[in-house]
Amino acid sequence: MNLTRRSLLATAAAALAAPLTAPRFALAQEGPIKIGVLHSLSGTMAISETTLKDTMLMLIEEQNAKGGVLGRQLEAVVVDPASDWPLFAEKARELLTVSKVDVMFGCWTSVSRKSVLPVIEELNGLLFYPVQYEGEESSKNVFYTGAAPNQQAIPAVDYFLNELGIEKFALLGTDYVYPRTTNNILESYLKSKGIAAEDIFVNYTPFGHSDWSKIVADVVALGADGKKVGVVSTINGDANIGFYKELAAAGVTADKIPVVAFSVGEEELSGLDTTNLVGHLAAWNYFMSADTPENKSFIEAWHKFIKDDKRVTNDPMEAHYIGFNMWVNAVTAAGTTAVDPVIDAMVGQKFPNLTGGMAEMLPNHHLTKPVLIGEIRADGQFDIISQTEPVPGDAWTDFLPESAVLESDWKDLKCGMYNTETKTCVQLTSNY
Amino acid sequence: MTRTFLTRNPSTLWFLLLLALFTLGVTLLAEGFGIGLIPTAFVKVLGKTLCLCLVALAMDLIWGYTGILSLGHMAFFALGGYMTGMWLMYARTEEIVVQALAGSPIPPTLEEVAQGVATQIFGVVGGSDLPMVWSFAYSAFLQLPLVLIVPGVLALIFGWLAFRARVNGVYLSILTQAMTLALALYLFQNDSGLRGNNGLSGLQNLPGLAEMPQSTLSILFFLASALLLAAGYLLLAWVSSGKFGSALRAIRDDEQRLRFLGYPVEGYKLFVFTLTAMVAAVAGAFYYPQAGIINPAELAPIASIYLAVWVAIGGRGRLYGAVIGAAVVSLLSSWFTGGMAPAIPLGFYTINWVDWWTVLLGLAFVLVTLFAPRGIGGLFDRLPSPRRHGAQLGPDDGALREKEADA
Amino acid sequence: MFRFLLPLAMAVCLALPALAQTLPEVVEASRAQIEKPSRQTIGPVIDAIAATGDPSAAAMLQAWADRKLGVRKADGAMFLLEKTPEGWALTGLDGHAAGTAPTSDITDLKPNAGVRELIGAALVQFTLTDPDPVQRMRALDAIARSPAKSQLAPLRASIEEEADPVLKARKERLANFLTLQFGDDSATRVAAIESLAGDTALDVRAALNPLLATSRKVAVALPQGVNIAATLTPGKDIPREAAYDLLVTAGLAPARLTLADQKTALAAHVENGAVGGVPLAELASQPRRDAAYEALEKSGQVPAAATDAEVAAALAAHVYYDQYAEPDPAVTDAARRTLASIETRVGLMTAADLGLDALSLASIYFLAAIGLAITFGVMRVINMAHGEFIMMGAYTGYVVQQMIPNYTVSILVALPLAFAVTFAAGVAMERLVIRHLYKRPLETLLATFGISIALQQIAKNIFGTQARPLTAPAWLDGALSFNDIISISYIRVAIFLLALLFLGFFLWLMKRTRLGLEVRAVTQNPAMAASMGIDPDRINMLTFGIGSGIAGIAGVAIGLFAKVTSELGSDYIVQSFMTVVVGGVGNIWGALAGAAMIGGFQKVIEWLNPSNTLAAQTYMILFIILFIQFRPRGIIALKGRAAGD
Repeated sequence: MNLTRRSLLATAAAALAAPLTAPRFALAQEGPIKIGVLHSLSGTMAISETTLKDTMLMLIEEQNAKGGVLGRQLEAVVVDPASDWPLFAEKARELLTVSKVDVMFGCWTSVSRKSVLPVIEELNGLLFYPVQYEGEESSKNVFYTGAAPNQQAIPAVDYFLNELGIEKFALLGTDYVYPRTTNNILESYLKSKGIAAEDIFVNYTPFGHSDWSKIVADVVALGADGKKVGVVSTINGDANIGFYKELAAAGVTADKIPVVAFSVGEEELSGLDTTNLVGHLAAWNYFMSADTPENKSFIEAWHKFIKDDKRVTNDPMEAHYIGFNMWVNAVTAAGTTAVDPVIDAMVGQKFPNLTGGMAEMLPNHHLTKPVLIGEIRADGQFDIISQTEPVPGDAWTDFLPESAVLESDWKDLKCGMYNTETKTCVQLTSNY
Repeated sequence: MTRTFLTRNPSTLWFLLLLALFTLGVTLLAEGFGIGLIPTAFVKVLGKTLCLCLVALAMDLIWGYTGILSLGHMAFFALGGYMTGMWLMYARTEEIVVQALAGSPIPPTLEEVAQGVATQIFGVVGGSDLPMVWSFAYSAFLQLPLVLIVPGVLALIFGWLAFRARVNGVYLSILTQAMTLALALYLFQNDSGLRGNNGLSGLQNLPGLAEMPQSTLSILFFLASALLLAAGYLLLAWVSSGKFGSALRAIRDDEQRLRFLGYPVEGYKLFVFTLTAMVAAVAGAFYYPQAGIINPAELAPIASIYLAVWVAIGGRGRLYGAVIGAAVVSLLSSWFTGGMAPAIPLGFYTINWVDWWTVLLGLAFVLVTLFAPRGIGGLFDRLPSPRRHGAQLGPDDGALREKEADA
Repeated sequence: MFRFLLPLAMAVCLALPALAQTLPEVVEASRAQIEKPSRQTIGPVIDAIAATGDPSAAAMLQAWADRKLGVRKADGAMFLLEKTPEGWALTGLDGHAAGTAPTSDITDLKPNAGVRELIGAALVQFTLTDPDPVQRMRALDAIARSPAKSQLAPLRASIEEEADPVLKARKERLANFLTLQFGDDSATRVAAIESLAGDTALDVRAALNPLLATSRKVAVALPQGVNIAATLTPGKDIPREAAYDLLVTAGLAPARLTLADQKTALAAHVENGAVGGVPLAELASQPRRDAAYEALEKSGQVPAAATDAEVAAALAAHVYYDQYAEPDPAVTDAARRTLASIETRVGLMTAADLGLDALSLASIYFLAAIGLAITFGVMRVINMAHGEFIMMGAYTGYVVQQMIPNYTVSILVALPLAFAVTFAAGVAMERLVIRHLYKRPLETLLATFGISIALQQIAKNIFGTQARPLTAPAWLDGALSFNDIISISYIRVAIFLLALLFLGFFLWLMKRTRLGLEVRAVTQNPAMAASMGIDPDRINMLTFGIGSGIAGIAGVAIGLFAKVTSELGSDYIVQSFMTVVVGGVGNIWGALAGAAMIGGFQKVIEWLNPSNTLAAQTYMILFIILFIQFRPRGIIALKGRAAGD
């Protein structure tokens, strides 16, 4: 919410100098393959995104050690959009036109993705987006390696309904598009499961909210009609700290009122004393505690790269890991880094998840992923208590009437927003 | 009249000349019509900088000349952006919706088009009905005047209430800051009907000009911004000269005395406050189509404080100072934060400018306030400045009278 | 759903002792389910284990619920686990120790919370009379979570022998709850319900409300012999659209034609560029579409849509009512009466709780603003870096906690240290910057803002952007609960007391000390004060230092209840200024009134609109802006000479 100011002459000197020094027409196929890393290194999102930048550098280093791609080395072009949303568009344009990168890995917030979308569609770039998001979007130029709502929110709520027998829901979220959309989808889904409208309590708070006493009291009071209450939290970032502290103070244990969070992972818990929160839940596609050989070697490589064996790994890192490796394989398969053949080669790519099983890139540019539900442990890690079969990501949710009729298929239909009722492509570019 | 005005204000002539040269140079070097030495991304940066210079001019008039430290002008700037943004977004979405509906055998009704637009703009977080605030967005002729009307009316009401109650000095600064914060929080809400935190995006595409490449579009916007800055400079230079300008400076130096002389001080203040709000809004209206996206973070209170920082560093009380400040600080700022500045290794610690630029800016700001209240523009006086150590220049608080007579 | 299956399954098991198996048999037969249990299917397995009568069944269930049951990877044998430094100490299901194993050899089973609840319910029969009171309490918790009819008899039987008075009272209460739900006859249930009159506890309402659950029904005539809560009149108690939807769902009336369906129907009957005689181009308006559809209806090409008159007739031909799930009217009447007697008290207590929340928020604002009340209120210096002093205090607390692991000691060290650090920072800032700008208040604002952004960035560079933990000592954990509704966390109580303390300190300092006298003198007339032998420089420096120091202590308190980030200060700065301005500058009571008004007002808006806290903050600020227009000098305005300008 805080903003780093106006970002203007991002690479003034470089921008001016580049055309003078580098003749851009010659030898396009020579030299290293350039990979743009578009993650904020300063500003409010730096805490989350810097980790992803490091993950990308690690993956690129590993790939270069294996001999690069197509016999060429990879070179990371790291820029800092500084958590400033218009700057994301500016930096993306710069990466594509000045640095001439072949692919970009980046963005975290929805608004930054929406800012970048028009630019990459205009210039036909390629972006891998690694964070769980609200869906309702599909762009030809973007591969969504994070979870769509049906890969995180819906299974988590199913777990609440089936395993915990929750009959009354409090949907608490920060007021922005991801919680709003997710909660709308969940409301509609819960109603279809027979939960009455008055048994769904919704609340939105500002970013960084700290005064939670009234909201926690409201949630506790929901139990007055004898129904079992559960909280679905899409609260973002720092605000979680005050929220969980207030929950602990009010004596809300996981037995009484379980909380499942979609934005709280290992990284966020490191700012908290979790002894009072044991048993509350989170839903992700990856937990650091997953017991597989792939995950073990990934964590080892990460600790070695970052030179700190206390650092945690998290879900978006796995998303980049899968996305990057799929891109490498797609480029190898296509024999070129040109965007259109790579996009075609991406669909159908398979790569092992860190949590076991195979991720597959679908024609709608989303992945199939297993959904994991974890209970918070006293050491800030999660006990994985439920792991589903891989779930195919759905760009347009089936639980809202207006988007149930939409479908995304870049392979056969060649359309990201296809209306299955009227059998027409609503639009080729994405909505932003 | 104009001749005498320009001859009396040689700095205005110089400024316009330099601006024209600069514009011509960039146009020739850019991709759109010239030889393509300057990439489109940088043309957009320059175009945006020109808009920032314009809003800095407005800030200079209200603060440097009239002595009202408004911490709310970036809110007007962003409001202007929102007003154009609504039209741009509606028009672009309408094209898509009409095209999609054209596939159906039954021609769409107006309501169906409007509902389609609403569904497209708001996705699943809104209803299929457009909120009231979008009532005029379907028409450029109705919506674009709102760029002036909405911020103007807001400034008028706010100013009228505040000046009537004789809220001034730091109280007014805090109050304007509260206004900005309230507006930002309001826009952050999804329920306010302006897409909450996501804001309005995809503004770089002009409706009806889908075929025009961004390289051409960016240079057109750049030219428009330059023209706007020139017009704004002339307007504000004209307002701040002559009798009216003297009255403004008198308000800054001693409001009470002017009131006793029979001047309607509140009227003057209200006029300047509203006028500068409208100038800021116009600057915003041209800025955000070049940025491509506007969201509520743009009008966080700190944005308006940065505006004051630019003007203070550039030099208050002279229009070209504001322009210099806005251009220099914002361009330097993004150069440092863009990771382009070389890091300085100190052996035990490496100074990364991404991390330390803000510290440097903050300290520079303190130093400028303490030792060079005239800012960069003060260099033009080429007079050996007395060591001030915080002493006042004139008999009254914050006065800058010595140099004013010939500025 | 399951709570009804459980007794059923139990009954089946008890009725068919011939089917009873030994514990190892059950475990072997249901191995897959035990290793990956789901709440929906595990019930019979748990019951079968409980029904084996094996003495170690209870121990196994307990271990399973505690996540201390594991499977050896090598051979699939199941053990009870106990953590040791080397790994797990194993105990066989038969109760014999089976050595130890490294953790990597054992898959420990992790039943989810729903399964654990079922296990707990099954354990009730073993633990209700357990000699260990802790076990008995767990059994009661399990009953409270999943009440079942089968538990009533054993629970009642166990009340007699219960020695512990607390447990006994809880057992009686639970027995009451079970009776009102599962009692045998109407009279005992009504008696159980009425005994709860006036009890506002959450579990009482949770027990009574389900009795009043209703479902909305529609029929041609009111049915006899059902317990009807209310009959509804369309257009009055229920919107006509909703009533018609009920009819449609019940299959009693055809669905109305939606505009989308109409369009689809029209599109299916396009002939020669026209539909029903209306040219396609004209179909871009709704009236023409209706006309085309009517033409199609007339020619019989589309089914006739229900007209408004038909809808009205259908609505009038049916009755709409809410029906209780509970068939006994005496029980529902009693429950309604009892709840009504509770509701008013609940309302009052909710208001009291809201009041406490408001008080708490006000004390936080006051604490954040009290330093400003000194620097801005008394000295008229705008210190935009005030928020960063709060942040510095919070980070001081964090650093101290890193060095001193004992939370109580570290807080006691952190409070004075935070004061010292920010006092020093304040004095330094006053000497270096503010001293030169006393005559230019607007420029103080800008210079201190420069310091503010620099300090914020320095904090980011040192501590990173991630929130840092500042944990309260254990004695501040939990909440002060008057009952289930009115409660407030101890940390907030502590902040409230701290705010009171500083109010007292400020008053004492200003009114009772030499320093306070000198401060007031310097504020009113520095030149005169100087000529009386007061050193205005020293006074300004000290005053500013004290104001900053208090901000540092406020930082520790705020960090304890929320978070410690570099942006902590900027979250409070605008509110702090408004607190001082709204209350009235130059008067500590003003700051207090300002904080009370802002906190109270915000909570009231939150109460009015509980789903959007952001809106509450927006309207609060708008209200403040308006308020200042009408009382520009704040709630408590200084009069006369002290008012200055």
